[in-house]
Amino acid sequence: MNSPTPEIVPIRSESDVVIVRQNVRKWSISVGFSLVDQTKIVTAASELARNTLIHGGGGELKSFLLQEGNRKGLCLIFDDQGPGIPDIEKALQDGYTTKGGMGLGLGGSKRLSNEFEIKTEVGKGTSIKIIRWKA
Amino acid sequence: MNSKLPTIVKEFETQILQEWTKNQLSQMGSTDKISESELKSESQQFLNLFQISLQSGNTSVRQSKEWAPIRDYLSNLSRTRASQGFSPTETATFIFSLKKPLVARLRTEFEKSPAVLLEEVTASNELVDALGLYTTEAYQKGREELIGRQQEEMLELSTPVVKLWDGILALPMIGTLDSSRTQIVMESLLQKIVETESEIAIIDITGVPTVDTLVAQHLLKTVAAARLMGADCIISGIRPQIAQTIVHLAIDLGSIITKSSLADAFAVALDKRGLQVSSQRQKTALRGEVSAQPPLNH
Ligand SMILES: Nc1ncnc2c1ncn2[C@@H]1O[C@H](COP(=O)(O)OP(=O)(O)OP(=O)(O)O)[C@@H](O)[C@H]1O
Ligand SMILES: [Mg+2]
Repeated sequence: MNSPTPEIVPIRSESDVVIVRQNVRKWSISVGFSLVDQTKIVTAASELARNTLIHGGGGELKSFLLQEGNRKGLCLIFDDQGPGIPDIEKALQDGYTTKGGMGLGLGGSKRLSNEFEIKTEVGKGTSIKIIRWKA
Repeated sequence: MNSKLPTIVKEFETQILQEWTKNQLSQMGSTDKISESELKSESQQFLNLFQISLQSGNTSVRQSKEWAPIRDYLSNLSRTRASQGFSPTETATFIFSLKKPLVARLRTEFEKSPAVLLEEVTASNELVDALGLYTTEAYQKGREELIGRQQEEMLELSTPVVKLWDGILALPMIGTLDSSRTQIVMESLLQKIVETESEIAIIDITGVPTVDTLVAQHLLKTVAAARLMGADCIISGIRPQIAQTIVHLAIDLGSIITKSSLADAFAVALDKRGLQVSSQRQKTALRGEVSAQPPLNH
């Protein structure tokens, strides 16, 4: 079940990426994540926020605290209205980059999350959802 | 449309100024951020420039060269206000509060022709709105510049390049590493390597909360550049949780030596330079003189 009101963080500049990380750190502490899990989701969020900024031309992060029975988790959704990703499989490949990065961010954030979902449409934008559950 | 606004503002400049400053003062309440006389003189300067730009008949406030003096004035004003601690709303109010006195003037002027009045009021409000928005954006820019400067200052303070030993430098990195600032830190390291002719540089990331692909890329580039200058880098302070995320991100640190603590890295560096650390006490103990010596006080 989602918490009724998501928190929204705009992603329009490099310093917003820092704010995203700080917020995700704060939320993951409130969920009770271990230090390793905190670091994982903060790093994944850092990657996706920067992709939103650099490839998506800016957008926003919506966050939800999840609770299913005794299970607690953190769900993060990164939205942009950028160019979209024409070939998701390729984009997920390690080393694939269109902007001279390392090409590791997208695949890496998938490996750092428990659940990972990309919705994208060329010319319309991209929405990436990740969830990390409390171990 | 041939607006009468320029003529009206020119003719009634003094009255408009009076009413405008009165409005501002009542809206602000008592404030210690700016004195009444400062506010009056700023308003007067603005209105004068406004009046002059208006005479050009050009209404494209954002682009035209006729409005350039006003844009400069507002940029400066916003920047000053931002540093004086004015909120964005307070800053924009300076401009928006000009609407009322202008409309009041127009109303007395066009009492008998409501159609013209409506047109004039709309045009006047649009103009003031555009200036108000420009002010808000300038204010925002001013804030960002201020924050940027503070961050740079902090960065310089928090990332000293320290000489640990002849030929061995350490760079303890603290805080958030993002593109522009990381660049500066790395450049200062490379600069110091040249200056001190060091052979080994230890980059300590104990104080860096997140290592993502961008940070890794900067680290790798720095190590490569240092190598070209004949220096080897050791990365220390890789905590367990950071090691895990680096693995998940599939970042290849290649042949870079990594250590969990700065102390370990220093030991490796000394070793590489053929230096040894030995304990004075142990040496004396080996020579069997320990009982003859008082304990060392450090
Ligand atoms: N939000 C997005 N909108 C459009 N394209 C994207 C988006 N996110 C990723 N991509 C595409 O997927 C590619 C791979 O992304 P990934 O994050 O793995 O690598 P990168 O950002 O290029 O480099 P880095 O390793 O620094 O993250 C990008 O180069 C880009 O072409
Ligand atoms: Mg990326």
